[in-house]
Amino acid sequence: MNPIIQVEKLTKAYGAMIAVDDVSFAVQSGEIFGMVGPNGAGKTTTIECLEGLRRPDQGRVHVLGLDPVSQERLLRPQLGVQLQQANLPERIKVWEALDLYASFYSRPLDWRNLIEQLGLAEKRNTAFRKLSGGQKQRLFIALALLNDPQVVFLDELTTGLDPQARHASWDLVRSIRDRGKTVFLTTHFMEEAERLCDRVAIMDQGRIVALDTPANLIRSLKGENRVQFSVDVDLDVSSLSKLPHAGRLERHGDIFVVHGRATDHQDQAALVGEVVNFLTLHGVRFSELRTEQANLEDVFLALTGRQIRV
Amino acid sequence: MMRPFLKMTWIEAKLLLREPIGVFFTLAFPLMMLFLFGSIYGNKPLPFFAGYGSVDVSVPAYTAMIIATSGLLTLSIGMAGNRENGILRRLRATPMRPLIILSSQMTVIFAMTVAGMTLLIVAGKIFYGLRFNGSALNVAAAFLLSSLSFFALGFVLAGLLPTARTAQVVGMVLFYPMIFLSGSTIPLESLPSGVRAFARFLPLTHVVTLLRGLWIGDAWSRHGTEVIVLLVLLIACTLVAVKTFRWE
Ligand SMILES: Nc1ncnc2c1ncn2[C@@H]1O[C@H](COP(=O)(O)OP(=O)(O)OP(=O)(O)O)[C@@H](O)[C@H]1O
Ligand SMILES: [Mg+2]
Repeated sequence: MNPIIQVEKLTKAYGAMIAVDDVSFAVQSGEIFGMVGPNGAGKTTTIECLEGLRRPDQGRVHVLGLDPVSQERLLRPQLGVQLQQANLPERIKVWEALDLYASFYSRPLDWRNLIEQLGLAEKRNTAFRKLSGGQKQRLFIALALLNDPQVVFLDELTTGLDPQARHASWDLVRSIRDRGKTVFLTTHFMEEAERLCDRVAIMDQGRIVALDTPANLIRSLKGENRVQFSVDVDLDVSSLSKLPHAGRLERHGDIFVVHGRATDHQDQAALVGEVVNFLTLHGVRFSELRTEQANLEDVFLALTGRQIRV
Repeated sequence: MMRPFLKMTWIEAKLLLREPIGVFFTLAFPLMMLFLFGSIYGNKPLPFFAGYGSVDVSVPAYTAMIIATSGLLTLSIGMAGNRENGILRRLRATPMRPLIILSSQMTVIFAMTVAGMTLLIVAGKIFYGLRFNGSALNVAAAFLLSSLSFFALGFVLAGLLPTARTAQVVGMVLFYPMIFLSGSTIPLESLPSGVRAFARFLPLTHVVTLLRGLWIGDAWSRHGTEVIVLLVLLIACTLVAVKTFRWE
């Protein structure tokens, strides 16, 4: 099967600044593909090359088998685009914007349903400039979905959205995928990437440093299950590490952290069971028991470092 | 292609009307001038204006001022602003062709310019017995040519200047001297000859001369210079505008 999006050795520079550096990947039909990475990693530049808004310096890009720059006319009607930064005229009303953008396409969806799903229906007569940041974002999501596109690009889908709107957008994205469309999104929320995306590319300094399903990415970062609890009495620490699924042990004051052994993370339940058994058996009163599973954020930080970049 | 164009034009029209400043300068301000000077000078035939009255001369001249307002201010500031704010960027991500976006903007501003002129004519006729000896078709053609030339000039400003703010400043710097020195507010006849010699280098002077001439029934042949100047302006500015057009 031909991939819906094919990127081969894409390079794009702004002057001396190489924003995207020799990047290759493919997105399959019906996938929700996520791209994460620190600020300035090159996500927006990549997505805008795919949308035909920027011309690649080198390499080849195909979307639905078409070149986004030279075959723009054929491609545009099939794409849905939400830009990281965009605007509408200050005084345009929500319904006018939707009505206008719907007229650009031959078979648009009914925008009334869309704004209903996005919780924007009450604002249909409100001027764009009077919308809150998150409401503007919702309107841009609606505009991206208006033409029932084959491929949707969502650059920072949920930035600025409240939890309700975020979940509503996730549902929308899933429903798009369930209708056989392909979604390419970028996000700064690792939870979003983990829960929503079928595959995630981690980008750093213009390169893709990892690309896999969220579960595989997490698995690749071995042994980061943790069980944490605090006790009032002194505890013989050394015997805890003898538990079959336990590995390294840490103590900070009266807080103990038992790290899981460096195996796959299905063993978390076993580790928790052993720790709790051990504590009850020895009559230790413990509190604030917490378990932490390795998540995409750990992978992200492990691969891109914890330093804030400028 | 027709449906999105009409829809866009309709929405652009509503947006323009929601912006009170633009409406004021195109529709209300010229009328205020007409009533102000009409109430002072009336519209009696004067030898100074070759047998026409002050209002007969002012209506085509103010029309030229409206054309300048539309091209140098409304259009250029609007375009530069739409680009600066990222409105054009978002439109670019749709199947809409740039030509359609630009022509709908032009259509709306042109309609507003026509409305401004119509108000002047109606008010002049009702209150001052405005005289007209030309051919309506000729005047309409000259009006169209002048408008297109100045709109093209407006697109050039929008293309060359980075922000709405700079477009506004430069637009005003061009606009104010031009409307006072070109005969569009103060009649050319009242300007000193030195100023009139300089005024020949202002494109708006040619609009004033052409419209005033055709208004009183001059033949096109008497206005070859004006037509050539405006055509050259139109072609040159269109070429530059196409070269300098930017989405962001
Ligand atoms: N129009 C531009 N002109 C010059 N440099 C640019 C331009 N756009 C982006 N850059 C630079 O290219 C690099 C990549 O930017 P890009 O917007 O692709 O990053 P990003 O991954 O989307 O970041 P963010 O998470 O902050 O949105 C950055 O260093 C940025 O400074
Ligand atoms: Mg970005």
